Amino acid sequence: MRLVTVAGPPSCGKTSILTKACSDLLAKGISCAVVKFDCLQTKDDDIYARAGIPSTAVLSGGLCPDHFFATNLEEAFSWAEGTNAECCIIETAGLCNRCSPHMRGVLGICVIDNLMGIEAPKKIGPMLKLADLVLVTKGDLVSQAEREVYRHRIRQMNKKAVIRNINGLTGQGCRDLATVLSMAPDIKTVTEMRLRFAMPAAVCSYCLSETRIGNRYQKGNVKKAVFGGSDAR
Amino acid sequence: MHGDFLSLNSLTVIAGQDKSGNAEGNDIVFSPGEITALLGPTGSGKSRFLYDIESLADCDTPSMRTVLLDGVKPDPDSRFELQGRLVAQLTQNMNFVLDMGVYDFICTHAESRSVDDPEETACKVLAAANELAGENFERETQLTQLSGGQSRALMIADAALLSWSPILLIDEIENAGVDKIRALELLVKSDKIVVIATHDPVLALSADRRLVIENGAVRDIMHRSEAEENLLKKLEAMESEYSKIRSKLRKGESLE
Repeated sequence: MRLVTVAGPPSCGKTSILTKACSDLLAKGISCAVVKFDCLQTKDDDIYARAGIPSTAVLSGGLCPDHFFATNLEEAFSWAEGTNAECCIIETAGLCNRCSPHMRGVLGICVIDNLMGIEAPKKIGPMLKLADLVLVTKGDLVSQAEREVYRHRIRQMNKKAVIRNINGLTGQGCRDLATVLSMAPDIKTVTEMRLRFAMPAAVCSYCLSETRIGNRYQKGNVKKAVFGGSDAR
Repeated sequence: MHGDFLSLNSLTVIAGQDKSGNAEGNDIVFSPGEITALLGPTGSGKSRFLYDIESLADCDTPSMRTVLLDGVKPDPDSRFELQGRLVAQLTQNMNFVLDMGVYDFICTHAESRSVDDPEETACKVLAAANELAGENFERETQLTQLSGGQSRALMIADAALLSWSPILLIDEIENAGVDKIRALELLVKSDKIVVIATHDPVLALSADRRLVIENGAVRDIMHRSEAEENLLKKLEAMESEYSKIRSKLRKGESLE
């Protein structure tokens, strides 16, 4: 089964472009399935279902969404195999900007929009830096110059990726995305595969539902910042 | 893929089919420095036509059109590399979201294009934009403070002088409060293939030719006849009369 990871901030248009691209694949007779990882709530599985695309949505709830993602990849892959899909797309919005869901040997896509501000490509970090394909949405709301400057900033962060403007509302560019999805590497199993970037560490009292503020409640892997100094950044 | 300037001598759109599957009548060849107006009601297939160009269609879009660059089909590698970079678009609902001064922004854009002298180029763009807008803005003016007409003017000037795409597509330039005739002159000089989707009679008639789009296909290619030439002169005179009255009203002068 071909496997693709798609990451990007909430509401940047991941579901819109994937719905259109997958519909295009279905029309060509290529079956696909979508697994949506999210944090608190999602209705995206309804959107996929309405388009006739097999999908399932899972919520990380009280857990770190990135660790939740990593610990459920095998099961997600098995579910998608069970739908007999030729192409499985894992969409995740539950990542903090410190994280990247992309795996070595699996097509990694990052979606960002043109309205996030010029510094966004710098702030988004590894999910953009380590992507094979960067898709930029909402370009119709800004000027050509802004699109070009933004593209340049993305290029500074990621020297290798293919960068494409795409529009989830008009569908412009979604057909090309479908073509890319249909050529994603064929994967036998995700077991033993490696993430391109290590997940952030998280073993402290707050991981175990501590809510009180104060030094005395902080146990485990705790990092203290230096404020007002040069290494505070 | 890295902001290299693309030069094109011609772009050909080989006829495909309309939305009902009937064959389209005409192949269309575009050349740099030429302005083509695209006419047709909403939903007639203008966007489809432009998307075919942008994606370098190869009988693989609903219209079944094929696009040639300089008379040949681009090979798969260059096709993939050029897709989405051939066409610079100026849409109607365009805003600035960047919190930057005008001059700094254009400088940044020039730098991203690796222009030799970004400062000088930025000055040129600003001067051209001020000519088009009619209401001057300063170098330090924030992008977000520009009026609709000023941002449009800045974008047209920037696209003409700084954009790397050899094809420039403009959607309804007329609703922008810019001097459209001057804008056309600037665009012709830019030596790009310019395509304008418009409902404005003066613009449509000023273009070198008009493509009439219907049911997803190009129905007609029309060139300006002599009668239309005269009509255009008449319309231009009417427009200039109209803008004189407008500017008098603005200044609070009497129209008696």
